[in-house]
Amino acid sequence: MSMKVQTRQVDGITILDLSGRITLGEGSVTIRDAVRDVLAKGSNKILLNLGDINYIDSSGIGELVSAFTTVRNSGGELKLLNLTKKVHDLLQITKLYTVFDVKDDEASAISSFTK
Amino acid sequence: MADSTTSRVSFTLDSSLDSVNKVELTAEQYAARAGFDEDTVPHIAMAVREAAVNAVLHGNAYDRNKHITASFETTTDSLIVRIADQGPGLNPDTLPDPLAPENILRGSGRGIFLIRAFMDEVHFRQLHPGTELTLIKHRTPAQPGT
Repeated sequence: MSMKVQTRQVDGITILDLSGRITLGEGSVTIRDAVRDVLAKGSNKILLNLGDINYIDSSGIGELVSAFTTVRNSGGELKLLNLTKKVHDLLQITKLYTVFDVKDDEASAISSFTK
Repeated sequence: MADSTTSRVSFTLDSSLDSVNKVELTAEQYAARAGFDEDTVPHIAMAVREAAVNAVLHGNAYDRNKHITASFETTTDSLIVRIADQGPGLNPDTLPDPLAPENILRGSGRGIFLIRAFMDEVHFRQLHPGTELTLIKHRTPAQPGT
């Protein structure tokens, strides 16, 4: 079981569609590399679509936080889209739900980025 | 403890992510068999996974010469999981609070917190060398599993 990433562009926003598990040794490095690639290509408005993420552990949570701070430190924005109940509950427990900008609709998420 | 053990298994595993996955899967199976509901089973599996990650990564540091042990025990009252490593030891009192404002954006340090959030009891025991974590989830009378 691994994590997959598909990248697409909508109105200047880079959307990373993630699927699978974000855990130590599986998705964590994949997310890190994907976000680094996006930043290297000059885009710093990133929407992580977690709708098909069925499992995340503490390493995965840490990787989301690191991605968030990396993008923010580059002057950009990183938002989360379509949290499953499991991921939503974990972000609540860890008090990260209010740290991230979480959206449940792609169109409104896209329009919420600073132009 | 007055519990009578109804089922028990233990493993000695190498310090690898494959071991973490095996321990997690076993926890999931034991929790389901013990009759925990569909929301609780993944929580138990995650807590056990976090304990195994701690043992492999922070305890044994992936050292091929060190092993982790994992035991799973179902009693009348509880599911009891013990995970032990051969590392330098862990003092839980020194762990930073991951909910504190100064730590909230840290990229690590949430494993023990999640274990405590999902289990009813968590105990640390210093070995020589290593650390043993005991994770306990209490069964309710409505749980008919063996």
